[in-house]
Amino acid sequence: MHAVSGILVTDVTKSYGPVVALDGVTFGAGAGETVGLVGRSGCGKSTLLRMVAGLESPDRGGISVGGAGDEGGRLEHCALMPQADLLMPWRDALGNASLPLENAGVDRREARGRAAELFAELGLEGFERARSWELSGGMRQRVAFARTLLAEKPVLLLDEPFGALDAITRTEMQEWLAVALGARPRTALLVTHDLDEALRLCDRVVVLTARPGRVACELDGSGGGGEPAREQALGALR
Amino acid sequence: MTRPRIGWIVALLAILAAWQAWVRLRGVPDYLLPAPTDILAALRDDRGRLADDAVHTAGEMLAGFAAAVGFGLVSAAALHFSATLRRAVYPLLVASQSVPVVAVAPVLVIYLGFGLAPKVVIVALVCFFPVTVNALDGLRSVDPEYLRVMRTLRASRAAIFRRVELPWALPSAFSGARVAASYAAVAALFAEYAGGSSGLGETMQTATAQLDAPLVGAAVVVLAGLALALFAAISAAERLAIPWARRGM
Repeated sequence: MHAVSGILVTDVTKSYGPVVALDGVTFGAGAGETVGLVGRSGCGKSTLLRMVAGLESPDRGGISVGGAGDEGGRLEHCALMPQADLLMPWRDALGNASLPLENAGVDRREARGRAAELFAELGLEGFERARSWELSGGMRQRVAFARTLLAEKPVLLLDEPFGALDAITRTEMQEWLAVALGARPRTALLVTHDLDEALRLCDRVVVLTARPGRVACELDGSGGGGEPAREQALGALR
Repeated sequence: MTRPRIGWIVALLAILAAWQAWVRLRGVPDYLLPAPTDILAALRDDRGRLADDAVHTAGEMLAGFAAAVGFGLVSAAALHFSATLRRAVYPLLVASQSVPVVAVAPVLVIYLGFGLAPKVVIVALVCFFPVTVNALDGLRSVDPEYLRVMRTLRASRAAIFRRVELPWALPSAFSGARVAASYAAVAALFAEYAGGSSGLGETMQTATAQLDAPLVGAAVVVLAGLALALFAAISAAERLAIPWARRGM
């Protein structure tokens, strides 16, 4: 397993043509810490995740992940779980989860074996051979999460993992994710538009304003700061 | 599922009955327009000759089609990987489609002789384009989100091609192959017209010269059968190879 590593985002600005997506965003995540990024849609949260992942670079400012500042170095440290599960219909559930192992050169059978162990742990037992269209939204997200974990990267970037789920499944999945993340200490960034979801799951929450995205305030997770801090954050989101 | 099947059989029988009635009631001579029963009789009487022809023509179709699929897929991959090649070759490929096969066929016969080779080349030339263009379109239409995620999942360029781009492009490549399959019969016929000593095209030419319209009709029926068989074989291969394509995407 990799050494856990921290994230440092310093004064990051990114524009797409005339649209300023992010303007001077600064925050950090310590090694092993789960940090929530909360903001309305269109505040550049996904852009920020893609830049942290090393898939894009900021126009100005710096991003370092585990000490690496260049795109390749950041990519080496991060696994991204996208908003849409992006499971591949030509592979079964186990084959989707074992994809990063196969990419890393692990023999196909061994990769499937290791994915199967994780399936048992994540409540996916019995769904190994299921195809993506046979799985419910919640199950698909679990498979996508297993795939992200099996990339065996020290940093997890979760982009609205429960955005497309109904309210009941969403609550279930939040509890499930809290357990799954608690079982393996890693640095994680969780992007969401739901402040309470972020407060429930994260050690710390960074609230972003919309268009351009700027840091409005930071809150401690698990009720730290109390109701006034929550009210202030909700005000910034409005 | 049974309704549409019965539907086309009923429609076909209705057309054949009307055709038969028209020819018989008006007393149309069979060298002008043979009745369906005349064609049936020709199919029976000349079955030996037609079977030999069918084997010959089917060989040309299959060899040409297989060559087109092979070269087409390799070309599509090469054009996909090299932007330079794509800019240089793709416009020429599209332009080449405006050259009619009828014009090229005699030239190829002069080059390659009267044997099997020019026929296979002509069929391959006709089938190559739909396979290549559809496979290339498939490779280039991969959702970029998949490519991004794959890059964070330790995928090399080769792994992205093998595990995402290739399977993603398969449904599109198969539609290209199906279009090509439907061209193959016509292409083989042209090739035999241009310089053939056997095959359904040659039989149709001699039968036309002898005003043996029922035999021409019988050859057409056999050729249509070959085209349908190839088309059905590709569709079956598609169902076996990519069962997820109808469900997952």
